[in-house]
Order: sequence, then C-alpha cells, then structure tokens
Amino acid sequence: MSTAEHPPAESNRIDEHNWAEVQASPDFVELRRRLRSFVFPMAGLFLVWYLLYVLLADYAHGFMATKVFGNINIGLIFGLLQFVSTFAITTLYVRHANKNLDPAAEKIRNELEGGQA
Amino acid sequence: MNSNAVLNISIFAVFVAITLVVVIRASRNSKTAADYLAAGRAFTGPQNGIAIAGDYLSAASFLGIAGAIAVNGYDGFLYSIGFLVAWLVALLLVAELLRNTGKYTMGDVLAFRMRQRPVRAAAATSTMAVSFFYLLAQMAGAGGLVALLLGITGKGGQAIVIAVVGALMIAYVLIGGMKGTTWVQIIKAVLLIAGASVMTVWVLSKYGFNLSTLLGSVKETLLAPGLQYGKTGTSKLDFVSLGLALVLGTAGLPHILMRFYTVPTAKEARRSVVWAIWLIGGFYLLTLVLGYGAAALVGSEKISKAPGGVNSAAPLLAEALGGPVLLGLIAAVAFATILAVVAGLTITASASFAHDIYANIIKKGQLEDKEAEVKVARRTAVVIGLVAILGGILANGQNIAFLVALAFAVAASANLPTILYSLFWKRFNTSGALWSIYGGLGITVLLIVFSPVVSGKPVAAATGKSASMIQGVDFHWFPLDNPGIVSIPLSFLLGFLGTVLSKEKNPAKYAEMEVRALTGVGAEKATVH
Repeated sequence: MSTAEHPPAESNRIDEHNWAEVQASPDFVELRRRLRSFVFPMAGLFLVWYLLYVLLADYAHGFMATKVFGNINIGLIFGLLQFVSTFAITTLYVRHANKNLDPAAEKIRNELEGGQA
Repeated sequence: MNSNAVLNISIFAVFVAITLVVVIRASRNSKTAADYLAAGRAFTGPQNGIAIAGDYLSAASFLGIAGAIAVNGYDGFLYSIGFLVAWLVALLLVAELLRNTGKYTMGDVLAFRMRQRPVRAAAATSTMAVSFFYLLAQMAGAGGLVALLLGITGKGGQAIVIAVVGALMIAYVLIGGMKGTTWVQIIKAVLLIAGASVMTVWVLSKYGFNLSTLLGSVKETLLAPGLQYGKTGTSKLDFVSLGLALVLGTAGLPHILMRFYTVPTAKEARRSVVWAIWLIGGFYLLTLVLGYGAAALVGSEKISKAPGGVNSAAPLLAEALGGPVLLGLIAAVAFATILAVVAGLTITASASFAHDIYANIIKKGQLEDKEAEVKVARRTAVVIGLVAILGGILANGQNIAFLVALAFAVAASANLPTILYSLFWKRFNTSGALWSIYGGLGITVLLIVFSPVVSGKPVAAATGKSASMIQGVDFHWFPLDNPGIVSIPLSFLLGFLGTVLSKEKNPAKYAEMEVRALTGVGAEKATVH
C-alpha cells in the first residue's frame, strides 16, 4: 500500500505531535545547529570564492592571462580550482551529513514515528 | 540531403527506437499520480544522479559551451564553472529539505505553511515560465543542429524538424511519464558522456596528451578572459550578471527540483546530487578540451560561419576527427540530448499544472477520481509540446547557452528566493512569496524584453543581421543581456518586504515544516506495487 496519495499535512497520527515542542527539544535544536553551522558558512565561502573568480576573470585580464607553465595561464588554473573546490565541498558535506546529521535525524524520526507503526 | 544526412538520420532513428522500447516497458507499472509524476519515488540515488546529469547537460552544455569556448575562448569557460558551482546551492541548501517537505512540485513546499491557492498559482506560473524559456533554448538548438547535419538550410525545413522533435518528445512524456522520462535521461547521459569522452581522448591524442600543446595551437586571444565580455564597462557588468544568474539559477530550476521527488528518501536525494556533481563536473572538463579542440582543429571563424553558427562547434569537431560516422554519432547524441531535456521540462511543467493548478486550486485537493490528475498532466503535456514547437521555430538560430542563461536568470529570481526563505525563514509568509515570485518573474521578463537580446544590437557586417531576436527595430533601454544582477537582489528584497509588511505569521506550521524537513518524518515514501 502506498502513502503517496495523502499530502503530508493530512497524513495521520503524526499530526498529533506537538511540532513546536519537538522543534524546541534539545535534540532537534542540536540537529538544526549542526546543519546550519555547516551549510551557511560553506555556502558563503563558495559563493565568495566563485565571485572572486568571476571578478578576476572580468576585471583583471592581464593577471589572468599570465602564463604559469607552457600555455597554461593563471585564469585556467583558477577555473580548474573552482572544479576542485566544488568536488571538495561536496565530499566534505557528505562526510558531515553521514556522520553528524543522519544519525541525529534518524533518532528524532524514530521517536516521532514510533507511535505509529 | 546527402548521404551524411541519411547516416545521421539512421543513427538517430536507432536511438529513438531503443528509447521508445524502454519507455514503453517502464510505463507498464505506471498507475497513480505518484507513479506518473514522481516515478513511484523508486529510483536509487545513483540512478537519479545520472538522470539529473541527463536533465542538466542539455544542448546548452554540450553544443553551447563547446561553441562558446571555441569562438569566445576563456569567456565560454565561465558558463561551465557557473553551471557546476551552482550545484553546491542545491546540495547544501535545497535538495534534502525539499525532498522531505513536498510531493511533486515547488508549490508543495510553499503550500506547506502558506495560503495554498495563491502560492500554488504563483509557483505554477513561475515553473511554467522557466520551463518555457528553457524549452525555447532546446528547440532553438534543435533547429541549428538540423541546419548543420541534414543540410537543411531553409527555415521551413528546419521548422518541420523542430516539429518532429516536439512530437517525439510528447510521445515520450505521454507514454512513459516520469519513469520513462527518467530512463531516457539515463540512457542519454551515458551516451553523451561516453561520446564526449571519446572525442576528448581523440583530441588530446593529437597533441601528445598535453593540454598545454593543445592550447598553444589556438589563437592567443582565446586563452585569456575578455574576448566576449571584456570590451566595455557594460559588457563587463553583463559578465558579472551572467555569473550570478548561473550560480543561483540551478537550485531554482523546476525540472531539476522535481527530480528530487523520484527517490525514496532525503539521503538518496543527497546521493543523487553527489553523483550529479561528479558527472557534470567531469563533463565540463571534457567540454573545455572539446571547445579548444574545435578552435584548434576546425577554427573559430569556420565555426562562426557554419550553418548553426556557434552551436556547431562540437559536431564540426567530430567531423574533423572521425569523418561522417563520428559526426553522425555525435549528432545523434546531441539530438537525443535535446529530446530528453525537452521531455523532462515538459513533464515538469505539466506536473505543475496538473498538481498545483488543477488538483489543488480548481479541485481544491478533492479529486473525485484518482486518475484525473494524471489525465490532466497528459493533456497539459500535449499543449506545452505544441507551444514549445512554435516557440522553437521562432527562436531558431539564437545561441543556446545564452538562452539557457536567461532561463537561469528567471529561475534565480522568481524561484530561488522563495525556496530559501520558505525553508529557512520562520517569519516568511504568503505575501512575501507572492511578492518575490511575481515580482521576480515580472522584473526579469521586463528587463529581458527591453534588453539588447530582443532588440537593438548593431547589425553585424558579416551576416547583415542584428544579433537581437527582432530585426530592424530598437526599443531597448536596459543595457545588459542578462538581467540577473538587478533582478536577483530585487527578488530577495521583495520577498523580505512582502513578508514584513504583512501581518500573517505561521510559527506552528513552520515548526512542523522544519521538523519534517530536517528529520524526514512522514515524508512521502516509495510506492510499492
């Protein structure tokens, strides 16, 4: 049987929970802190790094055209570093989520859904 | 038509035949709305990740970026970097929370704690607007490709081919729904990445696998930034505007958002984004080689003058490398790309109409017949397909990476602020959402209409035509091609103002939404047959 035909808002006994209470519980506050303290600074970081790259490519042509070795110039290296940082942040986030977010979320979820099954 | 055209058409026909079989097989278990619109939420993270890559690596990524690099050099590279970095917004801020709070559409997330009908109407409007811009880009790409591959240079002949592409796409969506469409994306992503890899290795082999040697054989001006956007203060600002729209647009693209609903859990949504990031990043590294390879082996001028213009760089490179057979293969892949992306966009737009407008606004969530939502989605898909065909015929010949950038500007302005506020800001309310969506959409479209994209670009000596969409008139007053730098901050501001100026507060609903979003309590599960 599927649960998909019911929109979340009208699902079932889950609604009997006092959501505000759960939201204020220490476990949940900690989960939210772990999520936000990772994703907000990281989002700020990669956006600033990306904008720095865009501005350099846009207003510092001479600098970006400087050749470092062979025909590889600083602009190309900067561009490739954007790839590297994207892959790195992705990996860091997955590690953080698996280790620090998933278990905490699962614990709260089990407590809430426990009454249901 | 020549023998090459026959070869190209045959290879493409094989692709269509194979995918149609897959789509028909995939559709056998499709019954409910969750099946049709979200593939029963039964795809795994890696499968969905490949499909996301399929949805995202559109003709703009393949033909558009390779062409932009071949002709404009380094400035074309920015597209791929913006398109890739943008995925971090989706990964960190949007994908998992969205998966936990919605069913099929962006409207679901907003409707969670706001007044249903107005926000759903707004979300559906912006979803359809973004899909329309994106569709235009893909269909325009189809026209250009046809010009090159089949030797059909007349506008009438190209229009017929655009219509055929549109009709095929409608068939995929009608028969296969989300499940069939997802499989088409997967097949296409694999073909596209394989094709691009082969070409990349081939190009590099001609230069002793030394990137520096390859770069040494293109014109010096292509290596440094500034060729396209460095000429004036205005064009430099345009570059910043483009950069913003690219990086903030992805997480607001409705057809990408919808893909997060095809997996069973938020964790799978995360896995799918991770797969997508690696595949997409890897692909863009290939397009860098392909772009410069095309500049070196075909030549920027020859590409600009070819029928299909900038978009023909990758196919011309294929021809230079492997003759008509490789050209045929790559052309078929490019066609498949367009077809698959157009199908993905169509199902998204039709889902939004059926789910947000029909089921929840017109029928107020009380459907007498469970299949009605699917029925409406199918009908809408046909209408959208027809609109896409017409639009594609009109937009034929525009640079696709560039048209897609406009779609990104609309997505970043009309959708992203609302999604982020909705997920993270307790005070956010109906009025804020409406201000941000309608305001963002209105401002973006207005600025595009009065930008040089639509009218007023100088007539190029080589072609005797203006690069604007409409020839011979000039009613532009907004100086930039891409409106992002103005429209995105304004949309965030409007969302803020609309919220604080309205008295509506919904802390209880936000508490429920936040708990659900972060923990996945009561999230939509996979359907079991």
